[in-house]
Amino acid sequence: MEKIYLAIAFTPLVGAIIAGFWGARIGRAGAHWVTSVGVGISAFLSIIVLLGFISGHREVFNGSVYTWMISDGITFEVGFLVDSLTAMMMAVVTFVSFCVHIYTIGYMAHDEENWPAGSRAGTNSYQRFFSYISLFTFSMLLLVMSNNFMQLFFGWEAVGLVSYLLIGFWSNRETAIFANMKAFLVNRVGDFGFLLGIAAVAMYFNTVDYAEVFAKAPELANTQIQIWGDTSWSLMTVICILLFVGAMGKSAQVPLHVWLPDSMEGPTPISALIHAATMVTAGIFMVARMSPLYELSETALSFILIIGATTAFFTGLIGLVQNDIKRVVAYSTLSQLGYMTVALGASAYAAGIFHLMTHAFFKALLFLAAGSVIIAMHHEQDMRKMGGLKKYMPITYWTSLIGSLALIGLPGFSGFFSKDSIIEAVHHSQIAGAGYAYLMVILGVFVTALYSFRMFFMVFHGEERMDEHTKHHLHESPKVVTVPLIMLAIPSVLIGGMTISGVVFGDWFKDVIHVAPAHDVLKEIGFHGTIGFFFHGLFALPTLLAAAGVGVAYMIYMKNPEIADKIKSAASPLYALLDKKYFFDELYQAVFAGGSRWLGKILWKAGDQTLIDGLVVNGSARSVGFFAGIIRQIQTGYLYHYAFAMILGLLLLLALFVN
Amino acid sequence: MTADWPILSLTIWLPIIGGALLLAIGDRCSNASRWMALATAVLTFVISISLYCGFDSSTAQMQFVERAPWIPVFNIEYYLGVDGISMPLVILTTFITIFVIIAGWEVIQYKPAMYMAAFLIMEGVMVGVFAALDAMLFYVFWEAMLIPMFLIIGIWGGPNRVYATIKFFLYTFFGSVFMLVALIYMYFQSGSMEILAFHDLKLGLTEQIFIFIAFLLAFAVKVPMWPVHTWLPDAHVEAPTGGSVILAAIMLKIGGYGFLRFSMPITPDASQQLDWLVIAMSLIAVVYIGFVALVQQDMKKLIAYSSIAHMGFVTLGFFIVFQIAANPDASGGAILGIEGGMVQMVSHGFISAAMFLCVGVLYDRMHSRQIADYGGVIHTMPVFGGFMVFFAMANAGLPGTSGFVGEFMVILASFRANFWFAFLGATTLIIGAAYTLWMVKRVMFGNVANDSVRNLQDINRREFIVLGSLAVAVLVLGLWPAPLIEVMDASVVSLLEHIKVSKL
Repeated sequence: MEKIYLAIAFTPLVGAIIAGFWGARIGRAGAHWVTSVGVGISAFLSIIVLLGFISGHREVFNGSVYTWMISDGITFEVGFLVDSLTAMMMAVVTFVSFCVHIYTIGYMAHDEENWPAGSRAGTNSYQRFFSYISLFTFSMLLLVMSNNFMQLFFGWEAVGLVSYLLIGFWSNRETAIFANMKAFLVNRVGDFGFLLGIAAVAMYFNTVDYAEVFAKAPELANTQIQIWGDTSWSLMTVICILLFVGAMGKSAQVPLHVWLPDSMEGPTPISALIHAATMVTAGIFMVARMSPLYELSETALSFILIIGATTAFFTGLIGLVQNDIKRVVAYSTLSQLGYMTVALGASAYAAGIFHLMTHAFFKALLFLAAGSVIIAMHHEQDMRKMGGLKKYMPITYWTSLIGSLALIGLPGFSGFFSKDSIIEAVHHSQIAGAGYAYLMVILGVFVTALYSFRMFFMVFHGEERMDEHTKHHLHESPKVVTVPLIMLAIPSVLIGGMTISGVVFGDWFKDVIHVAPAHDVLKEIGFHGTIGFFFHGLFALPTLLAAAGVGVAYMIYMKNPEIADKIKSAASPLYALLDKKYFFDELYQAVFAGGSRWLGKILWKAGDQTLIDGLVVNGSARSVGFFAGIIRQIQTGYLYHYAFAMILGLLLLLALFVN
Repeated sequence: MTADWPILSLTIWLPIIGGALLLAIGDRCSNASRWMALATAVLTFVISISLYCGFDSSTAQMQFVERAPWIPVFNIEYYLGVDGISMPLVILTTFITIFVIIAGWEVIQYKPAMYMAAFLIMEGVMVGVFAALDAMLFYVFWEAMLIPMFLIIGIWGGPNRVYATIKFFLYTFFGSVFMLVALIYMYFQSGSMEILAFHDLKLGLTEQIFIFIAFLLAFAVKVPMWPVHTWLPDAHVEAPTGGSVILAAIMLKIGGYGFLRFSMPITPDASQQLDWLVIAMSLIAVVYIGFVALVQQDMKKLIAYSSIAHMGFVTLGFFIVFQIAANPDASGGAILGIEGGMVQMVSHGFISAAMFLCVGVLYDRMHSRQIADYGGVIHTMPVFGGFMVFFAMANAGLPGTSGFVGEFMVILASFRANFWFAFLGATTLIIGAAYTLWMVKRVMFGNVANDSVRNLQDINRREFIVLGSLAVAVLVLGLWPAPLIEVMDASVVSLLEHIKVSKL
């Protein structure tokens, strides 16, 4: 076991334990120091590991930490697999997490104000928050560093737990504690499929170790299994789709996306860390990791492609009508996750992971910038009450602009390279559903630009719509907030152009991500260097659509604000549909939440109480009582009654025998 | 060193004698009697630990065997011994009893000596059930167990305790009478009361089916399985906290243990014939009872129903082995199922105990178990809140806690039997989380609901020790189940070998 990997994974855990259990003793400063330093060490070591892989002197590591259990010949281990994919994820996770730790020092500085008077849970909330985000970092590392399906599931659920704790962090807020339960339950629906997928793997491969499973996968490529009646299914399709259901939950794909917008009830730092940069991308990572399996099922790939494309476009549309600054970014995240999923479906795993990485930087940046705005606005999140913040918050303004430009894919920025790779890949894909997916992602570019700059203009430009009191107190956020913004802004601009040739079109993922020759769309794109890619994209359709999106946003929100209202009234059914988010929440609330309660009541009242207890249990007790009551009538205790009965019986017997 | 000591007898009789002494002393000096009860429980636990330390996990043979004639006329013996299946349950019993004693410390003011004595006696009797290798001895312990529990609910119970005790008593008694008939029948066939001799007794299919059904009635009531579960919620609601803990953590396991020790090895062919019945009952328990748990208004009832659902995994894990054997696609998996069921029993012992203790903590302060009377407890009891959320997550089967291990193993195994078993079983991931977290949300989170909640005091040191110890147990088993699996492995393998051989 290489100690560096243990150190990377466990230093955040140590920080989390100290801050969590001894938070009161070490105080606020102690808590943020111990956790930030822990995650800082982890980030530093992760970058060393990453550099080792870049320079090529670090070998792939696959080893066990300890044996969890051995049962029935299957060894379940806790172990690490560290290769170029893992190294990249580790670096992204720990770096973003480190930025968020620092940012949190500023963002949560006055957290006691968020708690009701006298709440004892509010006394150490600052320390607890740091403990949770460090614990999250540990869980996420457990997930990405795993070398087997069981530990993957461990990490998978552990990040879900921390997400639950953090969304509901302000546990006095009714909306927050509804949102965290919703997030956990919807994720559990995904995990339900995920666990069945793992069970299928365990059954047919008789192991849960990645390396062994991938090695054996081609042998089982043509296995057919029966699930219902005589219809046979390809085993790989079943496994891949079941596992992908898990990814749909975690990475918030339609129709399991409903939890992510609500998760914005949590404090902003975790929206950036968990619900934008890292946890929600776990599904993308998982599918890329499982590429040797997914490549064996075109049905599963098509399924992924269509789900991803649907998510990319339709959730982006919702972002157009949101007025809560965090929710706009949340819908943007959903849409971008859709892009990543599309890449996976098109077998362009490298492009998906590439977008995951660039997105982690610029989306974390956008969230943290939104948080900076929220602090300045005294926790006002409604964009209709903002405007003109540019002059008050220059650093937030410029970093937001960078984030937005990266998001819409301005040529040269990180997002351009990653998004264009995906669009090009889908364009070349021959798989069923690729045409639909191409249309969706292309249209999505316009929508992305429109909602991004709608938000940007509404927040930073135009008239100042806040009240006088707020306006009076407006000022740039402290350094602990702005420094992380700058730290994230740098990779948002640069990382894409710097790494595209290696990561997407080079051999960075050689031997890690497996792509069948027939699916190798990235090769078909015909990449001739980063500069060529840049110029090719400069005047291509996506860039024009993005520019159009910005232009329309400018027209509507800067030049002529009435247009927005006119459109709203002209297309009111469409607006209502978007405003209600396609009625998913209402539907789920009625069918699943309501239906379960209804069913539970029926089963309880009719099944347990009436049928089993009423009829059978108490019924038999009553019938015993009833018969006993009848028979008791005979046992009067009077001697003459018995004597009379005896004589009667004797006569009866005599009569019988005589005859 | 310890090999010469009659460890099992000590584990059985030490608490019983201690309990008897407590009864004799009575409540003259109640504090001393509490300490004496605790000392007895701890000592018993320490002694039982030597079962683990001295256990040879490479063999399926009975260990720590003690054998002496008891009623020689009928060839009935005082015959004790444990294997990898019963040993963990013995230790679970002695472990949990300590916390029951501590949990009742200052809460029980009415006849505390008698209360403690009842739990100590029950401890000894329950260990006897797990350790008995003579069917008559087993039966005596089995029925003897009812008496202290009957008294605990009847004396220290809630307002509707009479109904609950009678229901509890009649239900279990109803089941066990059939078991007695089956045991006597086999006694006449084999000429001895040795349980291990019953394992090798040749029986025809019809005989097996009758015997299987007799056992099923006894064990299904104990587990309890749907549809003979309705005594449990009533018993839990009326029982004092300690009673609920023992009931959920240990007594239910006796049903599961019975399936492994009696039904499956004695009537393997009937078990195979009727496995669908048990599987169906288990899956109904998981799904149906899960929905019922969702709508409960009373925390104890909710946890009681959740117990039934979780115990469904135990019986599911046990009985899918016949289906796995019949499935040509499955290579192995039967061991996983049985071991999963076993782990689930031990884990449920910790978690259900902890959940009932959590409700007890709240009940002691508020004298209400109604969810609606709470809200925002986290603001006044943050430490307790941490525990409650942790145990709730364990109850929802979060990986890293013991609640995950058993369910994971059983789901993996049932996939090998039939996709739809795994499918229905895995719904617990959603339903289990739903009822547990919804309760937590309404009780712990939100704004402080009323003045009683506002005046709550956080847990004291005594409560902290109890919940903390259980939390450690839940975590250790969740993070490293290997030691537990290791001790039971040989016995489970040998059991499977045994039931694969038809008796016909």
